[in-house]
Amino acid sequence: MIDWIHPSVFLIFGALLIPFLRGRVQRIYIVLLPALALLTVMLMSPGVHGVVHFLGFELIFGRVDKLSLAFAYVFSCAALIGATYALHVKDNGQHIAAFVYAGSSLGATFAGDLLTLFVFWELMAFASVWLIWSRRVQASIEAGYRYLLVHAVGGVVLLAGIVILYVTTKSTRFDVMQGQGPAFYLILIGFMLNAAVPPLHAWLTDAYPEATVTGAVFLSAFTTKTAVYALIRAYPGTELLIWMGTFMALYGVVFAMLSNDIRRLLGYHIISQVGFMVAAVGMGTALAINGAVAHAFAHILYKGLLFMGAGAIIQMTGQSKLSELGGLYRWMPVTFVLYMIGAFSISAFPLFSGFVSKSMEISAAGEMHLPWIWLLLTLASVGTFLCLGLKIPYYAFIGKDCGARPAEPPRNMLVAMGIAAFLCIFIGVYPAWLYDKLPNPVDYHPYTPTHVIWALQILLFTGMGFFMLRKKLGGARKITLDIDWFYRKGAGLFMQFVYRVVVPIENWFIQVYRYVFRGNLALGIKGLWLDKNVIDGAVNAIAAVVVRGAGALRQVQTGQLQQYALVMVGSLLILSLYSLF
Amino acid sequence: MDIGKILENLVNNAKTLKRIGFAVLALLVVIDFFLPRHHSHFFWDDIPGFSAVFGLVSFVLIVVVSKTLGHYWLGRSEDYYND
Repeated sequence: MIDWIHPSVFLIFGALLIPFLRGRVQRIYIVLLPALALLTVMLMSPGVHGVVHFLGFELIFGRVDKLSLAFAYVFSCAALIGATYALHVKDNGQHIAAFVYAGSSLGATFAGDLLTLFVFWELMAFASVWLIWSRRVQASIEAGYRYLLVHAVGGVVLLAGIVILYVTTKSTRFDVMQGQGPAFYLILIGFMLNAAVPPLHAWLTDAYPEATVTGAVFLSAFTTKTAVYALIRAYPGTELLIWMGTFMALYGVVFAMLSNDIRRLLGYHIISQVGFMVAAVGMGTALAINGAVAHAFAHILYKGLLFMGAGAIIQMTGQSKLSELGGLYRWMPVTFVLYMIGAFSISAFPLFSGFVSKSMEISAAGEMHLPWIWLLLTLASVGTFLCLGLKIPYYAFIGKDCGARPAEPPRNMLVAMGIAAFLCIFIGVYPAWLYDKLPNPVDYHPYTPTHVIWALQILLFTGMGFFMLRKKLGGARKITLDIDWFYRKGAGLFMQFVYRVVVPIENWFIQVYRYVFRGNLALGIKGLWLDKNVIDGAVNAIAAVVVRGAGALRQVQTGQLQQYALVMVGSLLILSLYSLF
Repeated sequence: MDIGKILENLVNNAKTLKRIGFAVLALLVVIDFFLPRHHSHFFWDDIPGFSAVFGLVSFVLIVVVSKTLGHYWLGRSEDYYND
């Protein structure tokens, strides 16, 4: 009897069978895999499972507690919704990549040690980049490479932190970080890069808008929220995160205001929303951690819904820029209504999911008496409603008719959006369902008259402001510079600096060198003799030794790959044994 | 009834909607004067209508800051990276 099954088994290994199935069977199978993963998570009992000893390390694949279960629950929901949304796609590679990505995110969630976490962490980056490349246009290929390079750097930083932690403490436990050494900060940087904390955020808004329509829905759910989970696990109560998170919440809002591409705008709002969660992790109180988990849970559902709405627009009109859209509500009314449910949820309207989750984080700032954090997070909430509840609906769906006459998207896309929209309202109306899943006991009541009126005033007065200035706030045919400038343009400018400044200076030195030493020809001849007889002699002697040594070594070499591998593993074992004593 | 028709009706009656909107705004602020206040963390929690003013001020602040940044510093033409 197997007492514990890892849900990733269905997603990662199950996905490999997708190419062998066809038609209706394949479609059923694609929905079945995430449904099985969700069922496994629902039936899972808390405890530590799947402990494997490997090369002296204890790998824990199944740390199951309320925190990992809450994230695993919503990750499998997101995989199920995303798979439904992508059901019409005839590209097996994309389905496999999406499931491996979702599966590794679940793997990272249940990881009980940092090595297991790291393996799944890297697998997420390599699987998710296929969702960007699969769009098969030049911009996506390039953005995908940049995405991969940034995540590779983040992975190396994370690994460096893990190695240093292991060397200094002899432990790879994935728990609250102790001490303030280099390992503490390296692992923190690795986590913050995936959480898209500025200035390590540009990979997100660079790459997500270039992903496939269905791929972006998966991307919006997993990478940043797995990082939020990792931060909750390892860095609760780290004060730095309060300020970083608050800055992030505002940064996302300001850049979203400048975005013209709808998915880039949504991407900046991932950064903004994750900022609330990061700030709450930094506060670290029971209410704040509950708020971070609740907000991550609600966010995955409504952000997925918003990306699905944006994807429907892009798929049916071929346009992704606000300046090219308008008047779509007549042709895509169902999409519009479903999108608005996501927009009301993210804006934290009463009766929608954001109201019962985000307000926990802001209340936590209130309980800790952090007036500036409270004011700035509330300011960021205004920006959320402004962009997603007013700007996109007005300029894409209402506003002036852009001339496009799109139909509603395929039925599977609408069903997926419907499921997400239902959950957004369900959580908003019946928050106890969500509160029950949170790691700490909940004593929080969002629906007090003061709170409801408070929220409605903020939102509706923002709305009034928007309608007064609505002619001036549309998308402009422009792009906005962000940190990615440094590796997209900055590298080129650096090379030009090398060619135009460094090379001429070097040439000048060469001229001077020649001028100064031309007079000393006699010295030069002596130098030549020295060079020929002493230095060359030494070099030749070394070369002769190397050639002889290589001849001897050749006897050992067989050209068999297995034997090389054996020698490598053997040497590694000897080295690790040596390091023990 | 068809969702499209309902939306069409709403858009065609924008003027009525606007009046209802303003009435709701006024009503919210009036109600705020009569609400019981228990869990005040900050002094502004006790000022009726504070969040209405805060919402408007935040809106103006976000628009001004982002438009200024975009106009004077960060905005570029769409093929800036393709050159």
